[in-house]
Parts: sequence; C-alpha cells; structure tokens
Amino acid sequence: MAVKPLLSVPREVKAGVPFEVRILIQHPMETGFRRDAVGGVIARDIIHTFECSVDGEEVFAARLEPAIAAKPYLAFSARLERSGTMLLRWVDDHGVEAQERVDIRVV
Amino acid sequence: MSTSAWCRALVLLLAALPAAAQERRSGYDDAGPQVRAMQDDDMANPAFLWVQQGEVLWERRVGEAGKSCADCHGAVSEMRGVAARFPEFDAARGRVVTLEQRVNVCRTDFQGAPALAPESDALLGITALVGLQSRGMPVAVEVSGAAAEAVARGEAFFRLRQGQLNLSCAQCHDQLAGQSLAGSRIPQGHPNGYPIYRLEWQGMGSLHRRLRACLVGVRAEPLGRDDALLGDLELYLAARAAGLKVETPGVRP
Amino acid sequence: MRRRSFVVMAGAAAMLPLGARAKPEEVEALVRAITGGVPARPGRVKLDVPELVENGNTVGLTVSLGEDVPKDAVLTDIHVFADGNPRPGVVHFRFGKLAGVPKVATRVRLATSQTVTAVAVFADGSCWTDQVGVLVTWSACLD
Repeated sequence: MAVKPLLSVPREVKAGVPFEVRILIQHPMETGFRRDAVGGVIARDIIHTFECSVDGEEVFAARLEPAIAAKPYLAFSARLERSGTMLLRWVDDHGVEAQERVDIRVV
Repeated sequence: MSTSAWCRALVLLLAALPAAAQERRSGYDDAGPQVRAMQDDDMANPAFLWVQQGEVLWERRVGEAGKSCADCHGAVSEMRGVAARFPEFDAARGRVVTLEQRVNVCRTDFQGAPALAPESDALLGITALVGLQSRGMPVAVEVSGAAAEAVARGEAFFRLRQGQLNLSCAQCHDQLAGQSLAGSRIPQGHPNGYPIYRLEWQGMGSLHRRLRACLVGVRAEPLGRDDALLGDLELYLAARAAGLKVETPGVRP
Repeated sequence: MRRRSFVVMAGAAAMLPLGARAKPEEVEALVRAITGGVPARPGRVKLDVPELVENGNTVGLTVSLGEDVPKDAVLTDIHVFADGNPRPGVVHFRFGKLAGVPKVATRVRLATSQTVTAVAVFADGSCWTDQVGVLVTWSACLD
C-alpha cells in the first residue's frame, strides 16, 4: 500500500513572510552497503532527488546520498508573494516517482 | 496514628518495595534529547507514517463479512483507554491476549479475513493507531482474579536467569536500571510506548520484537510468537509499569 | 597469527560496512571542487549536529546562516560531507528563488565518530564552512 508522507505545509500564508515546510517520507533509504542473511549485497535503493516548487518556480531541491537516514525528513523554508500550488516531488533508485500538491493562499 | 507516624510507616513501606516500584521511569526519560524531540512532535515522529496507514485500514472493509474496524467499533477515538488495559487475560481462551493478537481475533472471527502477519506494516499500523488513542492515560491492566496467575508466571520469567550470559530481565532492568551499558543508559524496560519506532531498527516494531532481541541478547531461546508465556510476560511488564503514561507510538534509540 | 588476534580482527571486519571508509582528504578534495580550488573560509554558515550521538542511524542535522552574513548575501547551495562514512557525500541542498529563511534540517546516518562539514555557497561565488566533530556511541543492545 502506497503510504502518504507526513507533510506539514500551511494552507494560508502572508505575502513575503517565510513559512516552514516539513516532510517525512516512508522509504527505507537502503544504503547498498549492507549484506543480507546469506551474505549477498542488498541493492541500494534511496530517494536521490527531492524538489519543491510553486507554479514552476523553485523553492528548494536536495540531492540525497545513502547517508540520509531511513524515513527521510526535510524541513525548509519558503516565501511567496502570490497564491499558488506547491509541488513536492521525489524519485528513488527504482525510478519510483511520488508527488504531493498543496494549494497555498497568500492573504 | 499521628502524622509523623504515618510518614514513618510510608517510608518503611517504600523502602520495602523494589527500586522500580518506587520511581517508575519511562524509557523516554532515559533517552537523549534528540530521541525525545522526535517523540514529542507527531510531524517528526516516523511512527506516524504507520499511524496514518492504520487510519486507512480502520475504515477499509475486508474479509467475507465485508466489515471494517469502524463498522463495529465506530470512530477510532472510541478505542480510547483500550490499549492502556492491554494485554488482558482472556478467560474463554484461558490465556493472555496481546493487542496484536486481539486485532487478529477481530480479523479471523468477525471480519472473516486472514490474520495480519506479525510485524507487518498493517498490524503495526492498526496497533499504533489504537495505542495512540490511549496516549497520556496511565497503564492500568487487570491483574486480579484469573489474571493473577498469569502475572505471577510472567514475573517468574522476568526473574529467571537464562541464556549463555545467565542473566535475568530483573538483573538489568530492576537492579541496574539507570546505570550505563556501553553508550546507553539501561532503561527500566517498560512497555508503555509500543509499538515503537526504534532508531536501531530504522523501523517500527512490536513489544514482542523487542523482547525477542533481549532474549537473543543474553543468548537465551526467544519466546515464540504464540507462546502463552509471552503473553504472561507482557502482562507482567504492563502490571510493573502501572501508572506510567501510555506514549504510543514511542521513539527509542 | 595467533587465534585470539584473528578472532578480534574478524570481529572488527564484520562491523565495517562494505567498501572503504571515506577519508578527510576526499572531503577536502570535494570541498575544493566546489570552491574552485581555494579552501572554504570558516564562518557565515552554522552546522548543528549533536556532538554525542546515541545511535548513528538517525542523527538530526540543521544548517543555517550565522549573524555575520551580510543582509544582501544570497545563499544558493549547501553541501554536507562526512569523512568517516563509506562515502563522503551526505546531501546537497539548493535554494531557489522562492526560498524563505536560509535554514534546512534533515536526519543523517553517521557510521562512526567523525567530522561533519557543511559548505555554504553564496550567489557572489563565496564559500563558507563549518565543521563539527561527532562522537557516535554504540548501543549496548544491537539487534
């Protein structure tokens, strides 16, 4: 079952005032450095790319390495002058792409 | 009796109790600031990924009966207090039933669905969700009547020296609790946060998974998932933790 | 080789992850690749990571800017490196046009006690760094 991330984004913000975005994603972030019970290498499977934008304009992006903990957590800040749709998008080593959209109203 | 005589009697009584009974400390109190911060903030606690999954499953109709948890129990908030009194002695079955086992009784007997696999995300999700409803309530299991013998069996197991290291649970978690072992403070070993997100596991696990790791740690034979003694031990641990607040879903190192 | 020393070495090898451990020189080389050959200056960026870690699997890490940053300085990138992990790279953050407060928090893995380095890159091309030495303890009850 696809598990939704824990996502904290305000639905209403003030123009030009920074606000925090937090996300916690269900992903093992398998490092590729571990071995299984019979000695085989467990293949690397990490979320390597994370991007956050509003109506195509970049807020924040991250290139993640295996050194990012399981259930990756990111907290960053954004600042908007006008209302828009925030897109949070991430891709893992299996090519699995997930995204969340949040409409944010600037008041 | 005068006030000072009462005080003296109370002091004598407290001195007679084992250390753990005098001041119960949750494993939360022995964890570092980072671990506590993760548990304090539901948005930062990875266990809520499982809680969220549990919320979906609570409403999902399954099995031959086509019933969801909600169809019988209503909103999950109706489960407030349930986890605080689990595990419980089930007179009809003549054994202790843990919350995980109770969820699977619902699955097989009332929903007509296969039991959820031990340590599966689904079972952890539902038990975390149900446990969360009792968060902040004191652990208060039934220990009288038919349960008393089970508690006694659990306590006997807790005090039994076993394994190649020849250690009992009590030696570490009663007598040496609060002292250091390698880089960690030895906790009193209370079950009030389960299921937990454990950094060591990089995942979620039940109390059974933790107990299994303890027993393997002292090189003893772990208790099987369906061993009645496991229920006895979990019941004794809950009785021993009486009054501590439920923290489910907890975070531990 | 005497039996006992062999057992000790085998045990130590089993603890290591696959592959070699990163070296401080590797981190230095990666930092120089960002700065264009010059060493990054200490200052302006602040790396918060606990100096004593209970479990290296999940370590909270925050990077923010110090009070010595000029008001008009624009942060574009932050790189984080760890010289004792199997690979030195930890994460690279990029801050876009709609970025708010120049601060980001995540959780990292630290395989052992080591030095963590953050490098902040500003729009004017200047690079600033902060380092923290972290002591990673092992839990007594691994499983």
